[in-house]
Amino acid sequence: MTAPTTGSTGSGALRRHRGRLAVAVAVLLPVVLGGCQLPTFFGYRGSTSQAHDEFRLYAATFIAAIVVGVITATLILWSIIRYRRRSDAIPRQFQQHLGLELAYTIIPVVIVLVLFGFTVYTENIIDTVAPHPAAEINVKAFQWGWQFSYVGQKVSVEGETLNDPDPIGLNGAACAPTDDCLGPGLVVPAGRTVRIILTSRDTIHGFYVPAFNFSRYAQPGWTNRFDLTVQHAGIYRAQCTQFCGLYHSEMFFHVVALPMSQYQAWLSSQRSLTTAAARSGSGVSKPGTATTSPPREATA
Amino acid sequence: MTLLAERQAVHEHPEHHEGPTGLLKWMTSTDHKVIGMNYIVTSLVMFFLAGIMALGIRYQLLSPTGGTSLGKLSNQQFNELFTMHGSLMLYLFAGPFAFGGLANFILPLQVGAPDMAFPRLNALSYWLYLGGSITMVLGFLSAGGAAAFGWVGYAPLSEATFSPGAGPDLWILAIGMTGFSAIFTGVNLVTTTFYLRAPGLTMFRLPLFTWAMLITAILILIAFPILTAAMVMLFADRHFGTHIYTVAGGGVPVLYQNLFWFFGHPEVYILALPYFGIVSEIIPVFSRKPLFGYKGMVFATMAIAALSTGVWAHHMFTTGTVLLPFFSLLSLLIAVPTGIKFFNWIGTMWRGQISFHVPMLFCVGFLFAFLMGGLTGIMLASPPIDFATHDTYFVVAHFHQVLFGTAVFAGFAGLYYWYPKFTGRMLREALGKWHFWLMFIGFWLTFMPQYYVGLEGMPRRVATYDPGLGWQSWNIASSVGALLIGVSFVFLLVNLWVSWRQPVKAGDNPWDGNTLEWFATSPPSHHNFERLPPVRSERPVWDFHHPDALSLQHGTNGNGNGTRRPVGVGTASDDTTS
Repeated sequence: MTAPTTGSTGSGALRRHRGRLAVAVAVLLPVVLGGCQLPTFFGYRGSTSQAHDEFRLYAATFIAAIVVGVITATLILWSIIRYRRRSDAIPRQFQQHLGLELAYTIIPVVIVLVLFGFTVYTENIIDTVAPHPAAEINVKAFQWGWQFSYVGQKVSVEGETLNDPDPIGLNGAACAPTDDCLGPGLVVPAGRTVRIILTSRDTIHGFYVPAFNFSRYAQPGWTNRFDLTVQHAGIYRAQCTQFCGLYHSEMFFHVVALPMSQYQAWLSSQRSLTTAAARSGSGVSKPGTATTSPPREATA
Repeated sequence: MTLLAERQAVHEHPEHHEGPTGLLKWMTSTDHKVIGMNYIVTSLVMFFLAGIMALGIRYQLLSPTGGTSLGKLSNQQFNELFTMHGSLMLYLFAGPFAFGGLANFILPLQVGAPDMAFPRLNALSYWLYLGGSITMVLGFLSAGGAAAFGWVGYAPLSEATFSPGAGPDLWILAIGMTGFSAIFTGVNLVTTTFYLRAPGLTMFRLPLFTWAMLITAILILIAFPILTAAMVMLFADRHFGTHIYTVAGGGVPVLYQNLFWFFGHPEVYILALPYFGIVSEIIPVFSRKPLFGYKGMVFATMAIAALSTGVWAHHMFTTGTVLLPFFSLLSLLIAVPTGIKFFNWIGTMWRGQISFHVPMLFCVGFLFAFLMGGLTGIMLASPPIDFATHDTYFVVAHFHQVLFGTAVFAGFAGLYYWYPKFTGRMLREALGKWHFWLMFIGFWLTFMPQYYVGLEGMPRRVATYDPGLGWQSWNIASSVGALLIGVSFVFLLVNLWVSWRQPVKAGDNPWDGNTLEWFATSPPSHHNFERLPPVRSERPVWDFHHPDALSLQHGTNGNGNGTRRPVGVGTASDDTTS
């Protein structure tokens, strides 16, 4: 980058200014554009497209927080070290500086407004629902398990606490670590946008997939709709996060993202199992489910 | 502004107050100092009970399956413990310790008043609070155990269907009682501050602690009636089938969350502002400088209080029922006045002569703790980041750093600072420093690992967790930190015991204080003041003891700058009421 030269006397200052701007841009540009090049800051980069957007905001906020935190902590440390009591003399009794006070009012307002701008931008992306999702899945939470019903597919999977209905015949072997496969499995097509329609049968539960950087309450009498676009096939552990009673800690589930063809095959295999079960008159005991608990009233 | 005519002359009262002594005095007194001490002792008992419960929680989380080979808690026991830990800390310690204990004792002294405006209402507040506290703890003795639905008691989990039994009812009743107690205390504090100020003590000469308590009291009057109403409705749901929060009868579960957090978020600042006030008292005294940016501090306090009534739904970002940008913006904006406070505290220490007595050490601990808690708070005010971390240990770490920073670091700074005034005795410095350093190390060791496991996805309020995710070592670190915090408080208890058995006289003004309470005797006499110094600034006692310091003045807070007449020694009676 070559700075344009001018003949004016202020060119030096101008050049210096531009140089500083260039440095600032060089530092910030990767943050803004290439979130994936950043360290993870202890979080998840995210396995859905929505999670990627969240991660970029998280990383930028984390950096801003470190900068503000380091500056403030340095000022505190400097004060307590430099101004330890050295004599009995009474220090100068100054108690105001209007310019300084205005500065540390206005600068934080600007920082906060910038952060707010990025926040709104990101949350609008995350909360956008596609007009034609590849699949729509009704998720019903209950004490203490999950039911996943595939809209228009006549397939429903239900499981409780630590039981694993093993919906795709993984036998635990494909789960590494095995803890990722606790609870019932929510099978979704990878690379496609999936609509989740979330509600609860009894108390409030939390639909939370750590790798998706996302959670949403499942509430009785209220339906939340949101989209997930899982980018790669895989298994993602998940758990209820909103405290819901005695077995809250064991209310697991997991998301299984399959390539579209395998997803379709899984759906039809589930359908045939269901119809076979219905034909043999075995009632609700569908293979692939673990509805062994006594029926619970949806009182709430 | 100051109402000279309404002040009661001290000498109308007998010099030697005849009254009951011993236990009867503690039970029947309407003296704000006695009631304040009652509050402090009761709330500290609640603090220690809740702290022991926290150790129980941390014991359970030592291993993924719970506890150690010595035994583990059942899910029900664990759920009761974290519910009661949160409830005791928030409803029965952090609030009452500040506005019932410290404010009750100190605020009338700081405004130069003989007592609170309504002494008998004050006594009623305490007895309601004590009754509520006992009621809540009694839940453990009920057949079904104590309440086990978290300190927020979200409906419908707290409805009779999902949480039957007497424990939850006692919990609701206890919150109702302490709610009324807080409202009465709020009325008292507001009235006392407005009507019982000493001559010359204009609003902009009030000590920052009094300012903080005034604004806190107004927040109490806004927030606590909502909580009490929400609890009455919950009780009606449980027993009269009103279906206010249940879908079955056409009710709306999320209504409970709206009501609760409309109380709950101002409550967070009810638990924070008094402690900001304490820090704003202690830092100037130990830096030997006036508070930097006094008016900015007052307006920042007001701004925090005002904003805090419009941010409740940031606890509900993941419900999908709230307008995200509105609550996000207001929540983020709270960072601005909070930042102003931080820089004012730094400005106060700047170029001072800071002596690190125990109260000042605790204040510095508060600054670091609250800085960390505040920064993660800004992250959580952004809904997308909240989606990723809501109800995980990240949030647990955040609010513990905020509340521990305020209620514990700043709260115990206040206790160490005013203990000489309460009792006329000093606490031992060495034991206090042990207390501080153990607690400071324990604090970081406890909560920093919780941020990490939270970002990894560990949900809060779980009695067991996945063994295969590598969370155990972080949880062990956290539990060790909690134990250190617990041990640090043994030093406080020893300190109190030593000062009881081998008293060291404190004198009236051991710290070279600024505000009127340091002009009273230690402990203050029955009606507090025999005489008052002239009040010409927000530091009347400093002015009185350092008449020459005026020449060092660089600027004032804007009250009569330039027209301040010098305060002569020996003019103490000049403006007093006696």
